[in-house]
Amino acid sequence: METTNVKVKQFLSKFFRKHELQDDEDIFSLGFVNSLFAMQLVMFLEKEFGIKVDNKDLDMSNFKSINAICELVDRKAS
Amino acid sequence: MELTEKQLQWKDEFRAFVDEVVVPHADVHDREQYLEPQVIQKMKEKGYLGSMLEKKYGGMELDWVTIGILNEEIGRGCSSVRNLLTVHGMVALAILRWGSDEQRNHWLSTMAAGEKIGAFALTEPEVGSDAKNVQTTAVLSDDHYVLNGHKKWITMGQIADVFIVFAQCEGKPTAFLVERDSPGLTTTPIDSLLGSRGSMLASLHFENCKIPKENMVGTVGIGLSHVGLHCLDYGRYTVACGCVGLGQACLEQSLQYARSRKQFGSVLGENQLIQKMLTEMTVNVKAARLLCYHAGHLKDQIDPDSIMETWNAKYFASKMVNQAASDAVQIHGANGCSGDYPVERYLRDAKINEIIEGTTQIHEMLISKNSLRNT
Repeated sequence: METTNVKVKQFLSKFFRKHELQDDEDIFSLGFVNSLFAMQLVMFLEKEFGIKVDNKDLDMSNFKSINAICELVDRKAS
Repeated sequence: MELTEKQLQWKDEFRAFVDEVVVPHADVHDREQYLEPQVIQKMKEKGYLGSMLEKKYGGMELDWVTIGILNEEIGRGCSSVRNLLTVHGMVALAILRWGSDEQRNHWLSTMAAGEKIGAFALTEPEVGSDAKNVQTTAVLSDDHYVLNGHKKWITMGQIADVFIVFAQCEGKPTAFLVERDSPGLTTTPIDSLLGSRGSMLASLHFENCKIPKENMVGTVGIGLSHVGLHCLDYGRYTVACGCVGLGQACLEQSLQYARSRKQFGSVLGENQLIQKMLTEMTVNVKAARLLCYHAGHLKDQIDPDSIMETWNAKYFASKMVNQAASDAVQIHGANGCSGDYPVERYLRDAKINEIIEGTTQIHEMLISKNSLRNT
């Protein structure tokens, strides 16, 4: 989980260069990401963690924060 | 970046196919504003309509660089045939990525074989770049969704068997598969366009159009953010590669003309001002091709950066081909303004590429914001 957290944070850091993103902070409310972000995030998660994000995972609550993303990865990988 | 031996073999095959099958019909496609059925049939026989799909569905399962080469070569021969590959692939890939198992099993084999043709229906009379504000609506009623609205400029809308349609559902952009014979759907051909005139565009009118509720692709609200942008990523990549092919056609035609046309006692190629245009065309086509290969290579690596690199490639390639086509006409002089040479068609087709799959100005907004944030 800790490794997942580091990798997710590292990926997100390029979108939040001027902001120290907290683990429970709502990514989408900060206004940093554009319309392509959702697609880029899904590609990153699938490649980095070898999981398959499908329709039923596409609930905003699964992607809203670093913690939520890590939980999704953990759940999909197990 | 170098191509592998296999990719080079594909390139040779695609080039030979285009010279034999596509190029001889390109002027007819432009003049008569339709695609010759025998050209589509030969594309099917080669499996090109399944170029983007996996072998388990009967597709060619090409790597992304090779998909790019296919679209470059087809684009060299005819922009409208390349448009067919683009919009058909957009629908197929949406189903592959975000469709249900039932949708994949129902559609993908027949789409790979070209027995069913797909088309992408996002744009409306009042909504172009501002895609998330489409006005078409979809309302659940028992076991059906009922669609109402109007789509315009739908490439291959005259011949497609199935459309991926974007509509507001519960107030959120959502994607649906709508078959051509759905009750309440009518199509009207659009003709006399500036370029890509063989692309068989249509308007789609949905009047209480009923479709099974299982035809939703993905879930409510992901129509644009996931389904639509996934389609458009492929669309943008194949348009960019098509621009490289069209630029190559401008270059080859210009070189041929500059070698043979004599003025002031020598061929045009001896004139330094002509040489300047040929130089810029040569180098810019190569640069656009490398951007496309790079985007394709990143796609093969499933790299999230492939998305922005595809935007970069499409931006550069579509601008490049407009300059290349303009210079090609200039080199040809009055001959270039006539139907006796293909360069006047190249110029008209080139312009379309700065409008479809995101205008040049939308690219400038997005690419600059990305650079400001990341660099």
